[in-house]
Amino acid sequence: MTLLDLQGISFAYRQHEVLAGITLSIPEGSVVALLGPNGSGKTTLLKLMLGLLKPVQGRIRMHGRDIQLMPQRELARSMAYVPQVHKEPFAYRVFDVALMGRMPHKDFFSRYGREDRRIAREALERVGIAHLAERPYTEISGGERQLALIARAMTQGAHLFVMDEPTNGLDYGNQIRLLERLKQLSAEGNTFIFSTHHPDHAMAVADRVVMMRKGAIAYDGLVDATIHQASLMDLYNVDVRLMPVEEGVCVCVPAVRLCGCKGAAAAEKQCGSC
Amino acid sequence: MKTIPLLCSAAVLVGTMLVSLALGKYPLHLTEIISFISFKLFGNGSFAPERLELLENLLIEIRLPRILTAALIGAALSVSGAAYQAMFINPLVSPGILGVLAGASFGAAVGMVFMKSWFAVQISTVAGGFVAVAITLGVARIYRINSTIMLVLGGIISGALFSSLLSMVKYLSDPYNQLPAITYWLMGNTTMADRETAFKCGIPICIGIVCLVCMARHLNVLSMGDEEARALGVNVRRIRIIVIICATIISTLTVVMAGIINWVGLIIPHIVRMMIGPDNETLLPASALIGASYLLVVDDVSRLAFNFELPIGIVTALVGIPFFMLVLKNTRKGWQ
Repeated sequence: MTLLDLQGISFAYRQHEVLAGITLSIPEGSVVALLGPNGSGKTTLLKLMLGLLKPVQGRIRMHGRDIQLMPQRELARSMAYVPQVHKEPFAYRVFDVALMGRMPHKDFFSRYGREDRRIAREALERVGIAHLAERPYTEISGGERQLALIARAMTQGAHLFVMDEPTNGLDYGNQIRLLERLKQLSAEGNTFIFSTHHPDHAMAVADRVVMMRKGAIAYDGLVDATIHQASLMDLYNVDVRLMPVEEGVCVCVPAVRLCGCKGAAAAEKQCGSC
Repeated sequence: MKTIPLLCSAAVLVGTMLVSLALGKYPLHLTEIISFISFKLFGNGSFAPERLELLENLLIEIRLPRILTAALIGAALSVSGAAYQAMFINPLVSPGILGVLAGASFGAAVGMVFMKSWFAVQISTVAGGFVAVAITLGVARIYRINSTIMLVLGGIISGALFSSLLSMVKYLSDPYNQLPAITYWLMGNTTMADRETAFKCGIPICIGIVCLVCMARHLNVLSMGDEEARALGVNVRRIRIIVIICATIISTLTVVMAGIINWVGLIIPHIVRMMIGPDNETLLPASALIGASYLLVVDDVSRLAFNFELPIGIVTALVGIPFFMLVLKNTRKGWQ
């Protein structure tokens, strides 16, 4: 069943067009990876899905309802934003950060109650950082901070998680641990959309991939069918090799050349210096 | 909200108030004050008529208004400082960030030079503060960038405008009577405190503080950044406007009561944050209580340390600056 449906979305910052004619549907329970060079409009697309930006043209529907017409609080109960790991000036406890996810469930004057605290604690347990609850958010590692933000998203009660480069700034081990956690949460029925610069990450956890270039969708489809040597070389204009490692596992490695031949040209020429 | 730190802060405030009541040119014993209060409130015990008259005059007419004034100012400046620090995601922001104090000073100076009644001066002070913040919001709006940066820049512009206007009024004023009065006022002092002003300003200040405390959860979320706050279902624009209105009301009223008192709104939230953490649900009420106690202590120092009364604004700066330098050494505890 379609969870999020984007129809002919265009967006511009002032006169500068960023996205044009994006049509996309995201099925419930899927993990969708968003690939594309810098400036291709990935973050803008994510913000449009969250209702943080208004499309100039087109509609975004969630379960058939136009998200522009839904109150921000109601939207926040069904989809959550997991931003890039950031440094906060204020050292909130990890628990307090998770508790902030209860905001869309509270009236203006009502305060957090026992139930809210229980939900926040449970979310920290589910992402596996319950032991950090009392620690200042500013003093835990980047990977743990990303998990805290995911816990906050879960506390929101959302089933759709929109993540902007979740593995950015994490060390190698934390990147993989985060992907594992994501896979596990998706098996529990949650839907994920995440942008990334690593085709490997898309292949590891996503079942759908959307490849963007210059504000439009260049490729869109199942991961196995869509991420291949030709599409990656076309998208990024570099030379890469895709190799199967074992059953169902593929790696993408860059073919670094000295001669300066790039993309498809290099593959065609098979230039001697490489 | 954590109750224990709040109860402790409240106890500190009550203690400071009692001690401040006892201190003065005519020192009183703390036990006598407590029995006087219990006599007044519950009718317990008894007093000789002359003694009772003396105590009523000294405590209720003279010391209480001043104590209330100092406590209200301390609470108001600390809460608005803490709220602004969360909203601007910057722990170095003070209540004057949007130009409110500069505008109110200008308003007060205009009142002193051109108006006859003290009430008119007070009205002019409030008007000055509001006009300055309105200009700040207007500047932020002209550039149509709905960000805190534009608000801060607007505040700088509006603050600079009103400082120069203030200089102009000072230049035009009579240098023998008006100029010293303005200068003395701008140093910040609680000597003018009277019961009527304390009550008139006290009620809106208390309402403003309660409103800000009610928005503590929203401020927590706002300090994660605008986009995250909106993704958490918060109407960022509305919350920001309410916070600005509340903070503007309570800060201009402090100027009405006692002129310009700097540093309190910056250092008190800092210190409290280091003690109990940055969660605004506890931080805001605790800042109000501790800020009130702090200004009471400073007021006691300013009226008792010398043979003459030192303007309280000078003392807050003199105490605040070294204190702030000490605090900065420990900054990593409260914020980074």
